[in-house]
Amino acid sequence: MTDLTDLTLTEALDGLSQKKFSAVELTKAYIAKMEANRKLNAYVLETPEKALEIAQTADKNYQNGTNRALEGIPLGIKDLFCTKGIRTTACSRIIDNFVPPYESTVTQKLLDAGASFLGKLNLDEFAMGGSNETSHFGAVINPWSKQTPLVPGGSSGGSAAAVAAKMCAAATGTDTGGSIRQPAAFCGITGIKPTYGRCSRYGIVAFASSLDQAGPMGKNVRDCAKLLTVMSGFDKKDSTSANRAVPDFEKVLGLGVKGLKIGIPAEYRPDGLNQEISKAWDNAAQILKENGAEIVPISLPHTKYALPVYYIIAPAEASSNLARYDGVRYGERVEGEHLNDLYVNTRTAGFGKEVKRRIMIGTYVLSAGYYDAYYLKAQKVRRLIKQDFEESFKNCDLILTPTSPVEAFPIGDKTMQENPINMYLNDVFTVSVNLAGLPALSLPAGLSANGLPLGMQLIGRAFDEETIFKAAQTLEENIGFKGI
Amino acid sequence: MAQYLIETPQGKWEIVCGLEIHCQIISKSKIFSGASASFGDDANEDVSFIDAGMPGMLPSLNEQCVHQAVKTALGLNATVNKRSVFSRKNYFYADLPQGYQITQYEYPIMGKGKISIDLEDGTEKEIGITRMHIEQDAGKSIHDLNPKKSYIDLNRSGVGLMEIVSEPDFRSPAEAGAYLRKLRSIVRYLGTCNGNMDEGSMRCDASVSVRPYGSSELRPRAEIKNVNSVKFVMQAIESEAKRQVEIYEAGGTVRQQTCRFDPLTGKTKFLRSKENANEYRYFPEPDLPPLILTDEYIESVRAEMVELPDAKKKRYIEQLGLTAYDAAVLCENKETAEFFEKAACGQDAKKVANWLMGDFFAMLNAKRLTIEQSPISPEQLGKLVGLITSNAISGKTAKDVFAIMSEKGGDPEQIVEQNGWKQVTDSSAIEAVVDAVLASAPDNVAAYKAGKTNLLGWFVGQVMKQSKGTANPVIVNELLKKKLG
Repeated sequence: MTDLTDLTLTEALDGLSQKKFSAVELTKAYIAKMEANRKLNAYVLETPEKALEIAQTADKNYQNGTNRALEGIPLGIKDLFCTKGIRTTACSRIIDNFVPPYESTVTQKLLDAGASFLGKLNLDEFAMGGSNETSHFGAVINPWSKQTPLVPGGSSGGSAAAVAAKMCAAATGTDTGGSIRQPAAFCGITGIKPTYGRCSRYGIVAFASSLDQAGPMGKNVRDCAKLLTVMSGFDKKDSTSANRAVPDFEKVLGLGVKGLKIGIPAEYRPDGLNQEISKAWDNAAQILKENGAEIVPISLPHTKYALPVYYIIAPAEASSNLARYDGVRYGERVEGEHLNDLYVNTRTAGFGKEVKRRIMIGTYVLSAGYYDAYYLKAQKVRRLIKQDFEESFKNCDLILTPTSPVEAFPIGDKTMQENPINMYLNDVFTVSVNLAGLPALSLPAGLSANGLPLGMQLIGRAFDEETIFKAAQTLEENIGFKGI
Repeated sequence: MAQYLIETPQGKWEIVCGLEIHCQIISKSKIFSGASASFGDDANEDVSFIDAGMPGMLPSLNEQCVHQAVKTALGLNATVNKRSVFSRKNYFYADLPQGYQITQYEYPIMGKGKISIDLEDGTEKEIGITRMHIEQDAGKSIHDLNPKKSYIDLNRSGVGLMEIVSEPDFRSPAEAGAYLRKLRSIVRYLGTCNGNMDEGSMRCDASVSVRPYGSSELRPRAEIKNVNSVKFVMQAIESEAKRQVEIYEAGGTVRQQTCRFDPLTGKTKFLRSKENANEYRYFPEPDLPPLILTDEYIESVRAEMVELPDAKKKRYIEQLGLTAYDAAVLCENKETAEFFEKAACGQDAKKVANWLMGDFFAMLNAKRLTIEQSPISPEQLGKLVGLITSNAISGKTAKDVFAIMSEKGGDPEQIVEQNGWKQVTDSSAIEAVVDAVLASAPDNVAAYKAGKTNLLGWFVGQVMKQSKGTANPVIVNELLKKKLG
């Protein structure tokens, strides 16, 4: 019998409906993989009993013919999504004992569609990081690592590693500046950050409210389309969620790219861009062209400001969003003589170095006397970045870029550790999309000479994930990337 | 109105004062969560995950609070801003679960407005309102239950507030007091805030500075936080102004500062200087989109507006012929005005007003009752006035009837009937009594005829006594004069 974890989510659903195997069998196969790969440190909490319980219900539903969209599919959940009765930590010591009495809207939708959760997945502390090394539970090892353990990317590093190593059928991620797409690229999987407002943020531990979006990470484009259809939708509990109809994203797959205009932004090919990445990019453009798309050069002139703008706005919002972790009501508390001592002691012990750095940056840029020069100016430039995209989308339907300027690097890499700016630079191709609120997908586009996956990014118009999925499917079929 | 000045041997000083009033919005649930916004429940009974600042929780704006704010704006003759923006005011405190207060900063829901206040001499003064914004309240810290611990009650956390900021238009404590009462009256009429300062549902911060009389400069001010009664606000302004005058006259300078009022000493106490003020790091709330109001929405709220005290007062003066003072007193309190209008229905309004503001208020005061608890219904009071107007009873009898109504309740007509107090207006019946009195006192009749005409009062008294007070005094007088020639 083939290993059930080799099946894509879509294939697994087919097999379950055709009763080739049961949901319990499928779940047990994933549990076995999850346990066998513990050394990767992808999961920070395993919940196999709960997953099996749901699998039994799923099997009954298949018997009765009452099976739902994701009936019996075992998923991994980034530990930033609050899950009712299941510890949720954001991989921070400050809430490492927190058990939410509520369920996030996105995970609730997945549960309502019949999915089960194998456990909670590792991430950079409060999703702040691009390598999953800032997690209170330790680094995650990229399953593509050979001798040297490599990072899986971040912040959704646990999710990307778990999907790549087949420790779940698919996973949830969140993306504030590239946290779905960059780890997807590093681990050779597919992930989409939908348009801001597509998925509810209710119940997701907030990092930067105006940038955070949830999205699926899966084995292929179709799995992501299927999951996103379930995860999306207006939620009155999130005032920033979009009150608009959710299409069945799977329906557009196979429609091809004929007649589409694909923009190639000049600013994404700086001098010294990695040759292999450059080649993979050209190759992807060539595939789209051969399938009937037109390649058009475009310009996104404010791209160079995207990183500084991002590293002002995201920490500003984070400094405020993380104020609630004060030791008063839940989570870590380190007592002190006076209230202020309680705050200082609790937050000193509870937050890691990167989180503290960003709280400091955010507090600084919002301070009287600096607000105008930093935060306000960043918001103005953010509008210009958004306008760049709006202008470009008058001349093209999609934008094709690499997901990351680098491939997966070793855990503890010195240049990254010594200067956080070097780490931040890895986000150069992903942050603009968050600042503009646009949807973007990353899919594997080949292997580097080191045998590591390289990711390609497709950026679409707001609420036009469908065109992204169409083109991604064409690329996927033609690239023929093989996972681990 | 007489100028209010602080006069010392060294000179005359003028007060410059502005008020910021926090009004708790009357709404079923809190401004950003579905938890109940009711007052007086057990500690931490009305707390949602949002109010407790749990991870991943997001605010969603309660439309009812917006409605109430718009209604209040219209009641304050103010501009409703069709686009307003929520901001976060960041600071750490144990009863502020999110670590920030969601408020409005640069773009409030209401712009400039104005209300007129009624001064003691019957004149009015217009007070400018700078703005009003809506925001969430914090919870409560309780420090006196345990020597080493503080307790937190989050019931108030997230309750909607309207912060109404006035221009620095007050030149006396009395003006500030009149403004507070007027504002309270307006929000109560509108039903947007219950105005109960003792419960904290209306709280006042006063900014006070002084300047030499005649000058137009603005000197550094002291902000007196959270004063919880009209009386204390007036006391606080007066004592703070005097304190500042003393400093200036001693050659010192007043620094911008925050203080609180101590009702026990009647003085203000220094809390912190401006330099030590919190750094709030305001920025637009990314969890809430800007609040956009359409003209149709604003007009639909306007259509629900009730008659407000100023309009009512004008109507009482112009249509009912009341004095400005009487009209202002009757209009200040919505319940009083309602009582008055019911009582005055079909009656002589001025007479009803006199009775209401005289014997009726005195009775309520003596019995420590609110107008809603009155033993006399407005209709009954109206009837009593009607009996006087129609000469059915005399003014004196009416007082006796009123006393019975106050003690035992009951319909004034029945009381008059039961006690046989109905005024006798039948001349022949009265004439018989007059004749009897004259016959019984020939000496006095002779004396009267000899010129001692001031005996008339004695004769009237005798007739009234004989008739047990029911004889119409006008007829008695007429008959006596005729018979005594």
